[in-house]
Amino acid sequence: MTSDTSRLGFYLLLAPILLWLVVLIILPHIGLFVVSISEKIGPREYETGFGNYAAFFTEPLYWRTFARTAIMSIVATALTLILGFPIAYYIAKLTRGRTKTTLFLMCMIPFWVSELVRTFGWMILLRETGVISNALQYLGVVDGPVEMLYNDAAIMVGLVYTSILFMVVPLVTTLDSLDDSLIEAGYDLGGSSTSIMREIVIPHAMPGIVSGCIVVFMLSLGNYLTPILLGGKDSLWFTGMIYTQFITRFNWELGSAFGFLLLALSSLVVFVGLKLSRQSLTETMGRT
Amino acid sequence: MVPFLPCEGAYLSVPHPDLVCSDLTKDFDAFRAVDHVSFEVPQGSFFSILGPSGCGKTTLLRMIAGFQSPTSGDLRIKGKSMIGVPPNKRPVSMVFQHLALFPTMNIGDNVGFGLRQRGVAKSEIKKRVEEVLERVGLPGVSQRRIDQISGGQKQRVAIARCMVLEPDVLLLDEPLGALDLKLREHMKVELKSLQAAFNTTFVYITHDQSEALVMSDNIAVMNRGQFEQIGTPHDVYHAPSTAFVAGFVGDANKIDAKVIAVNGAVLTLASEGGSEMKIDAPSGGLSVGQRAQVFLRPEAIELATGGDGVNVSGGVVESVLFNGANSSVTIKDQSGNLLKVALPQTGNFANLRQGDSVFTRWDPKQARCYPASGN
Repeated sequence: MTSDTSRLGFYLLLAPILLWLVVLIILPHIGLFVVSISEKIGPREYETGFGNYAAFFTEPLYWRTFARTAIMSIVATALTLILGFPIAYYIAKLTRGRTKTTLFLMCMIPFWVSELVRTFGWMILLRETGVISNALQYLGVVDGPVEMLYNDAAIMVGLVYTSILFMVVPLVTTLDSLDDSLIEAGYDLGGSSTSIMREIVIPHAMPGIVSGCIVVFMLSLGNYLTPILLGGKDSLWFTGMIYTQFITRFNWELGSAFGFLLLALSSLVVFVGLKLSRQSLTETMGRT
Repeated sequence: MVPFLPCEGAYLSVPHPDLVCSDLTKDFDAFRAVDHVSFEVPQGSFFSILGPSGCGKTTLLRMIAGFQSPTSGDLRIKGKSMIGVPPNKRPVSMVFQHLALFPTMNIGDNVGFGLRQRGVAKSEIKKRVEEVLERVGLPGVSQRRIDQISGGQKQRVAIARCMVLEPDVLLLDEPLGALDLKLREHMKVELKSLQAAFNTTFVYITHDQSEALVMSDNIAVMNRGQFEQIGTPHDVYHAPSTAFVAGFVGDANKIDAKVIAVNGAVLTLASEGGSEMKIDAPSGGLSVGQRAQVFLRPEAIELATGGDGVNVSGGVVESVLFNGANSSVTIKDQSGNLLKVALPQTGNFANLRQGDSVFTRWDPKQARCYPASGN
C-alpha cells in the first residue's frame, strides 16, 4: 500500500520535468530533425536525404562561419575564465561578510537590465560618435573619430561581458567550499603561492571551472543578439546564419540542418572539454 | 601576572631549546589575545598549552606557525628569530584541527606535497613517503584516497605529512577534537609514542585536560592570554600555583572562606556556612581576616562512618553519581556546603544511598588555598 502511494507521488513529482523534456525539447527536436532530412526537389515536393547536411560541407561560407563561431566561443570562454577566476577568488576567499555580499551583488546588478539594453550600452560606448571615441579625441590621442564597433574585438568584449556572471557564480560557490586551512596547510608545508594555486586551489575548483566553462561556451555559441549588434552585418555568427535560413530565405530545411550541426558541435566541444579536464558531467553539475 | 618559573633544572641545562618565546604579545585592535607570554621548549619534549576556548592558545600557535605576526616580543626556533619569516620558510609544521588533508590528492601525494615544494627528486620522494608511512604504521596506503581511510588513520597521515619534512617543531592544534571518545583515548597513547619515536619537539594545544596530562612532558596552563603556570603534569595537577589552575585542571571542590588564624604554615579558615577547616599548604601570604578560596580534590576526601580529628565533618548524602570507576557522591555538611567526594573503588560505601549519614575527612596537606580574587 505505502509503496504504491509513494510510487504515485514519485511519478507525480516527475511529471512536470518529463512533460517539459518531452514537449519542449524532445518533440521539437524530432520535428526539426525530420525537417532537416527533407530535401526540396520542387515546389512542395520533398525527398528524404542528407542533402542539406551535404550543402553545409560543400559551401565554404557555411562551415567557415561554423568554425569561426566555435573558435570565437572557445576564446570567449577562455577569456571569461581568465577574467572571472581572480574576481571569484577575491570574492570567495579574500572578503568576508558584508563586503562579500556587496561585491557579489555588484556582479549581479548589470544582469537586472535586459541583454538588449546592455548591448546598446556597449554600442553607445564603442561607436564612432560614442563616448570612448569622443574622449580620445578630446584628450588629443586621435585626430578623427574612431569606429570601435563592428569588429571581432567588439564581439569578444560583448560575449565576455554577457557571460562573466555565469562563470563567477559557480566559481565563487566552489571556491567558497575550499577550506581556508587547506591553503594554510599548503603554506605551512613550504608551498609557494603559485604551487598552492596549481596543486590545491585549481584542482578543488575544477568542477566549478568546468561547469562555468560549459555554460559560458553554450551561451556564446548560441548567442544571437551580441554578435549581430556589436559585430554588424558581417559578424558571420552561426546563429545569425540559422536565422537567415529560417526567416529571410524561408529555407527551413537547411536551417534545421544547421541547428542540428550546432547541437552536435556544442556536444562535441563539451565532451572534449570534459575528457581533457578529466571531469564527469554528473560530478561537475552535481557539485555546483 | 605569574612570572615564568622553570620547574626543573632541565630547562636551563639545554643550551639551545628548540622553541623560545619571549614576551610574545598579540593585539587585535583593543583586544589583547596573547599577553607577554614567555616559555622555552627543550628539544624532543612534548609541550602542551592547556586552556579554555578563547584563552588565546590558537593565536599563540598560529604565531609560532607564522600565520599571524606578534605585536611585540620575540620567537626563536633553534636559536633563529622567526619574526618576519613567512610560514612556508619556517622549520615548523602544523597538524590542523580538522587535519586539512588535501582531498584532491591521494595519500602518497598528500605526504609528498612538502617534499615536492622543496624540489626533491621523484624517486627520492616516493622512497621517503613510503618510509614515513611505515613509521606511522600505514605501509602501502599511498595510492588510496583520503576518504577511503578511517579517522585515526587520517590523523596518522596528517602527522606523516608533517614529519616527512623533518621539522624542528611540530605544532598540533587540537587534532583529536573531532574523534569519538574511544578513538581519542587510543590516539593519546599513540601520539605520545609517535613523538617518542620521532624524537621531535611537539607543541600541542588543547582544552582537554586529560589529553594534556597523559601526553605532555610539560604543560602550560593558559588563561586570558597569559600563562598561569608551566610545569610537569604532576606539578600542575598536585601543586597548582594559581586558583585558576586549581579549578581548571582536574575536578575540585571550591570553597569560599575567610582566614581566622595563621599558625606557621597551617591556616585555619571558616567557610561561609561557618564550618572550620585547617590547611597546611603554601598559601601565598594570607593573613587573618583575608578572604580565600580553598580547592579540594574529590579523591582527596575520605569517607568514614564516624570519627574525630582534623577536617572531619558529618554530612548527608545529597546524590550519588554513578560513573563506573569515576563514581562520586555529593555530600551536604551541617552548614549546607556541598562537597563532591570520589567513591572509593574498594567496595566500601558501595551501598551508599541518598539521605545516608556519613563523615568526611581530609588531610590538611591535600587542600590548596589562594587569596580570593575578583573573579
